[in-house]
Amino acid sequence: MIRLEGLTKRYGSFTAVDGIDLEARRGELFGLLGPNGAGKTSTLRMIAGILRPDAGRVLVDGFDVVGDPYRAKARLGYIPDRPFVYEKLTGTELLRFVAGLYGQQGPEIEDRIRELLALWDLEGWADELVEAYSHGMRQKLIISSALVHRPRALVIDEPMVGLDPRAARLLKDLLRAFADSGGTALISTHTLEFAEALCDRLAVIAEGRIIALGTMDELRAQAESAESGLEQVFLRLTGGESQRELMRVLAG
Amino acid sequence: MDADAVDARSFAASDPISAGRTIRVLLQPKLLSALGRGVSGRTLGRRIPTLLLSAAGAFVLLFLVATRLLGGLREVPEVGPLLASKLLGLALLLFFGILLLSNLIAALSSFFLARDLATVHEAPVDWFGLYGARLLETLAGSSWMVLLMLLPVLAAYQSVYGGGPLFYGLVLLTLVPYLLIPAALGSAITLVLVRVFPARRTRDILAFVSVIAGALLVVGLRVLRPERLVNPEGFRNLVDFLEVLRAPSSPWLPSEWMAQTLIGHLEGGFDPFWLWLLWSTAAALVAGGAWLHFRLYPRGFTRAQQGAESGRRGSALWTAFARLLAPLGLERREMILKDARLFFRDATQWSQLLVLGVLLFVYVYNIQVLPIRSNEIMSRFLVSMVVFLNLALAGFILAAVAARFVFPAYSLEGRTLWLLRSSPLEPDTFVWSKYWSGAVPLLVLALLLTLLTNRILAVGPGIMALSLVSICALTLALVAQALAWGVAMPRFETGNAAQIPTSLGGMLFMLGALGTLAAVLVSQFLALRGYVRSGLPWRETRDPTGVELGIALGATLAITLVTGVWPYLVAKRRIREVGVPG
Repeated sequence: MIRLEGLTKRYGSFTAVDGIDLEARRGELFGLLGPNGAGKTSTLRMIAGILRPDAGRVLVDGFDVVGDPYRAKARLGYIPDRPFVYEKLTGTELLRFVAGLYGQQGPEIEDRIRELLALWDLEGWADELVEAYSHGMRQKLIISSALVHRPRALVIDEPMVGLDPRAARLLKDLLRAFADSGGTALISTHTLEFAEALCDRLAVIAEGRIIALGTMDELRAQAESAESGLEQVFLRLTGGESQRELMRVLAG
Repeated sequence: MDADAVDARSFAASDPISAGRTIRVLLQPKLLSALGRGVSGRTLGRRIPTLLLSAAGAFVLLFLVATRLLGGLREVPEVGPLLASKLLGLALLLFFGILLLSNLIAALSSFFLARDLATVHEAPVDWFGLYGARLLETLAGSSWMVLLMLLPVLAAYQSVYGGGPLFYGLVLLTLVPYLLIPAALGSAITLVLVRVFPARRTRDILAFVSVIAGALLVVGLRVLRPERLVNPEGFRNLVDFLEVLRAPSSPWLPSEWMAQTLIGHLEGGFDPFWLWLLWSTAAALVAGGAWLHFRLYPRGFTRAQQGAESGRRGSALWTAFARLLAPLGLERREMILKDARLFFRDATQWSQLLVLGVLLFVYVYNIQVLPIRSNEIMSRFLVSMVVFLNLALAGFILAAVAARFVFPAYSLEGRTLWLLRSSPLEPDTFVWSKYWSGAVPLLVLALLLTLLTNRILAVGPGIMALSLVSICALTLALVAQALAWGVAMPRFETGNAAQIPTSLGGMLFMLGALGTLAAVLVSQFLALRGYVRSGLPWRETRDPTGVELGIALGATLAITLVTGVWPYLVAKRRIREVGVPG
């Protein structure tokens, strides 16, 4: 459903994403893990069509995001890590505007907007300006905006930021149901418990390259760390384990 | 813990060493990021020469115009030097008004709304250092453009009237307090406003107040009737006229003190009193501002962080507007509807419409009272000249309005651009929407201005048709240029629409717009010179011929087509390439 082929992004002489190949299949929740600055956000922004790749390509449902952006983006919903939206629109107006960008309007969309706002307990805020929303409420609104046009694939950058435990649980259930109904989600996260509990497959990315890819068991095998949790596997793969041991020695 | 308690603790006594260090530390990132914005990335090669060339070009142009004007005045015995002195006072007064308004808005941003304030307040910063750093930041942000316009004028005074190197020393000595006074005053007024009015409404109130003040300034200047000074016949005798010229026009204002210091030196009668007045006022205002900052800032800052506007926003008016836009298609309709909502819900933007209203009034009023009919022999010639002047001034107003409303359109999308870029919205649709949502209101304004003023001037149908087509073509070209410069040199980091046009890109747009306007005027004048000359008293009067009008129209359309279509295409190309702020 989401296929990356030799995806590369450079900022001047710095290569943020270095020839990544991966595929998130239909009905799959795919986790993207990696230390800060590994290239996760750049990768997701290229998939969403916000950044242009310097080499390689992104296919969404077979459509090239650069070559055929209209059809590729129409199938995609993007949730960024920081909830910047138009502060002087109301929640309803924002969702209606986003639906309009995807060429959708009418009674069905109005019902969908009401349904999404109700899902996140935002009905009472529907006609309030976004500037009055808290950080978590904005995050809920952005998740709603990514779902309003009924996408086939979701690209999510740090989904849990700002969400209260109840909303976090709701998001997990929502993503599972989305995948069960044939949707695909590519999720970048630092919340390892979330990734371990939810994702069908995971990729660990460091210095712009994929250093491990597979199911949780396959990652354990690659890290030669049988029976250990994702945190251990992650630290071993990304070189953080040695630092942790050093800290332990220094702490006496 | 109570927020005020935290603030009170950090507002302990200040000492000069830690205050100085704080100022340096706080200003360093601003300086670095300002330099970074000028020289960053792949635009390095293009941007620096463009910046230097534009600044040098503007400087030389202003210097030449001012030198020519002052040189001409110098030739007029007795009255000339007095007029030159009066002109400097008026220019400094106008700049002082602009500086005060600009500082009011800049202070709100740097003292209360800047994104880095949370980080600064978490650190144990010296309170006076914070005040000093933010005051200097406010001053720099508000003053650089005025400086760019003022320095060539002052250089022209030195060039025409002499004064030696000491003149430049005096310029420096007077400029510092001249800029510091409106910065300290503006910051203090903003501080009091934030303390009095609830929370973030201050921003709206300030925008409104500054717009009203600006409007009053313009109307006030008009009511002063400066044209009397160039019409000595209006005075009973020459002595009266000279008396008016000699008297300081605004002795209570720092602009006059600066003018008196500089003119005094040029005339060989330097009086240190004015300089002393400038510095002592600046020092008193900075000290008073610091005291107010110490007393009011902690609670004011806390209030500025509270509460946002809320309430039901759905209205029948928006629904009707949406229906009206329906034929444009869904995406275009939603884009225009969204922009209109954001515009009318942001007081910093809609309040500028009041300025437009005032400009329109003053402009039409000026045309109405023009003394062109007092001399019947010359009136036909003057009317034909005023038609050109009218096009020039209307074009200038439109350029200024485009700089205010169209140039910031892309920058204001800022951090929300991800939403548009990740959607299937075609970049062409985006540019189309931005272009026409700016062009349509401007076309209405342009047509209204030209129709009204041409009717007052009672021009013939040929000239009326030429004026209307020209102003429409010019408007369409200027909007394209404003959009293209706005896309090419966006200012994503500021949320204040009024500040965006004061950027380098805004200045370059204005230069380009004025160049386009000059090209249209020159080509029209050349095409119609036979008709203009026919208005001279010793010639037989006639209407412009079809060929003359045709050539003028053809030249105008050709110039505006090239200077309109090309930037539009550039905007479309750039929008695909330009990055989204993180």
